[in-house]
Amino acid sequence: MKNRIRDLRTAKGMTQEDLAEIIGVSRQTINAIEKEKFDPSLPTAFKMAQLFALPIEQIFHFEV
Amino acid sequence: MKLERNKRVKKLAVWTWSWVATMAIATFGPEFIWDGHVFLTTFAILVNLANGILMIRANRDLFNHFDELEKKLHLEAMALTLGLTVVVGLTFSLLDQTDLIPFDAEIGLLVMFTGITYMITLLINTKRYK
Repeated sequence: MKNRIRDLRTAKGMTQEDLAEIIGVSRQTINAIEKEKFDPSLPTAFKMAQLFALPIEQIFHFEV
Repeated sequence: MKLERNKRVKKLAVWTWSWVATMAIATFGPEFIWDGHVFLTTFAILVNLANGILMIRANRDLFNHFDELEKKLHLEAMALTLGLTVVVGLTFSLLDQTDLIPFDAEIGLLVMFTGITYMITLLINTKRYK
């Protein structure tokens, strides 16, 4: 799954550590999500959507 | 999150070390401290068992505090470790039974194998998601 987490995070001037703290996951998890090595759970995706004030589909894009 | 994590890690470390200590007492106590006294030996073994259960509870508490990626990493490592321990353990036992190895298949070796396998699989898994 593709995502825009890194762009959105840097646009907000946040570090991975900051985002991890707000979302309630580890920095390693944020890094793995940004590198698209790991797909977040639905609650985590919703938390991110809420934080960036965007619909989930504008943050995550499913590609087969 | 970090404070709670540290608290749970410390709790697990305390119970692990006390489990190791009570295991040592239950192992060497009958021979070197209380000269094979049945009640004291039984008591030491029961204390060790209770300590082990508390250690498992502390480990579960820590696991429940992991986030989704950490849980995935640990679960995969556990699955591989469980499979390898059963398969390698039984192979080792067969080698002992058929006298193909010149020593006994001690349970301690299997415990060491389990620990090392878990550590290695967790390290490999962690690297995969970096």
